[in-house]
Amino acid sequence: MKRQQANKLAVGIISAVAALVVIPIMLVIVFIIVRGISAISWEFLTAAPRQGMTEGGIMPAILGTVILTFGTFIACIPLAIGAAIYLAEYAGDNRLTHWVRLAIVNLAGIPSIVYGLFGLGAFVLFLGLGTSIIAGSLTLGIMTLPVVISTAEEAILAVPQRFRTVSLSLGATRWQTIRHQVLPQALPGIITGVILGLSRAAGETAPILFTVAAFYLPQLPHSMLDQTMALPYHLYVISTQVPGMPLSIQYGTALVLLLIVLSLTLVATIVRTSMRRRREW
Amino acid sequence: MMDEQSSTGDQSLMDDQTPMAEQINDNKIEVQDFDFYYGDFQALKSLNISVRRNQITALIGPSGCGKSTFLRAMNRMNDTIRNTRAEGIVLLDSKNIYDEDVDVTELRQRVGMVFQRPNPFPQSVYDNVAFGPRVLGLAREGNGLEEIVQESLENAGLWHEIRHRLRDPAFGLSPGQQQRLCIARTIAVRPEVILMDEPCSALDPVATLHIEDLMRQLAEQYTIVIVTHNMQQAARASHWTGFFWLGKLVEFNQTAEIFRAPHEKLTESYITGRRG
Repeated sequence: MKRQQANKLAVGIISAVAALVVIPIMLVIVFIIVRGISAISWEFLTAAPRQGMTEGGIMPAILGTVILTFGTFIACIPLAIGAAIYLAEYAGDNRLTHWVRLAIVNLAGIPSIVYGLFGLGAFVLFLGLGTSIIAGSLTLGIMTLPVVISTAEEAILAVPQRFRTVSLSLGATRWQTIRHQVLPQALPGIITGVILGLSRAAGETAPILFTVAAFYLPQLPHSMLDQTMALPYHLYVISTQVPGMPLSIQYGTALVLLLIVLSLTLVATIVRTSMRRRREW
Repeated sequence: MMDEQSSTGDQSLMDDQTPMAEQINDNKIEVQDFDFYYGDFQALKSLNISVRRNQITALIGPSGCGKSTFLRAMNRMNDTIRNTRAEGIVLLDSKNIYDEDVDVTELRQRVGMVFQRPNPFPQSVYDNVAFGPRVLGLAREGNGLEEIVQESLENAGLWHEIRHRLRDPAFGLSPGQQQRLCIARTIAVRPEVILMDEPCSALDPVATLHIEDLMRQLAEQYTIVIVTHNMQQAARASHWTGFFWLGKLVEFNQTAEIFRAPHEKLTESYITGRRG
């Protein structure tokens, strides 16, 4: 009887702890929605800020974040997936591989503000790109590399060895095996990693602080060498730098940023589950 | 050469062959003083064996005796295992497959393999069979590929069962059907030799007999080498039997001879179940 009671107690405690994890995210979402929903209007989403940003909308910041996310994708994904394929499929058990892995782990541990400073020094100043979309995308791209490499490598390694063996035994080359069997099967996992990496990049403030973000720029960027507004930085600015800013605009901006990031996560989840349903090994 | 084969369609496989009478004493594969090492461990010791063309050769022996290693040496699948080393000669139609100038992908096309467990790709029945011809460039959609898929499934005795399920996932088939699908996938690249590594060990007795019947039919077109733990299977289904023990080929003879009157004491005690 005592064992049964202990069992019930353990199950109860563990369930309660698990439930606790859900509470903060629910609170954040509900809180932001309740405070911010009143600011959301067609004008808020489609117009530029007016009157020292206390009126009008946040369209340039939304668009800037979308552009930067896309730029991050271009800068990061080919490199990350290439590296993941190398590490998972080709890398020998040698010193180079060891150092590459160590580098990725450490890259993941660097604080985002340090990426921001690095981007300023390397891309903005040294390469002379100026504070620009391209400099910001490169900075965000490097920051996103380790997440995407790790998840993509895991996804590739999770493809059972027997499919590679069969493919090779049929006369396929190593690359054909990777291209036509391993990558398609690893794709759901890779896409999940890519989207989660991008959603993190979309919400970052520190890396874009010195490399791309504009304090106030009502018109849209014309080229990759222009600055742009971006949602996270805009939120920081209107929350700390602008006196007399209506609270609803701050929370409305936060709500839009949250929705963009959450919808990316949602897409990742949908992609993963729907593609996984088709495969069972 | 390959294009020619695929464009002439069904007939080509048969037309290529020389008359049966000439082939009886012809060796498809000849192995001379072959050694194989996993690191420092020598798994195969100065092996000499001949595989007859268009016949079924069974390899028997206890687990770890080297028979599967030897099987994978004949299409160089052992190359994919790190820290291994092969010494000696394996002649395929008089050409040493371990020569520097051998293209392993071409070798593996000629020497196909069926594995222990049914291992279809997580794709449709059709795509499983079409994979090999596609990557090897033997045929394309609308240009011979459909015919190759149908012909391969027919030769694997599977066509009439699943002709309406070509687009269904291969995992939906029964284990026996999956293994015949894997055989269809192997013969779709038009190999000359089929290596089978205990192809029935995951199947029930009915499915096993099905595969054995299939092997006999396939032997008309292909040279077959099968590793098996099942003594009855070797006795039932093969023309030649080789008995492996601790990395050595102890005895090699016509199957009837081996099972009726083995020359070696070791062979006798193994096949009668006193050793193993």
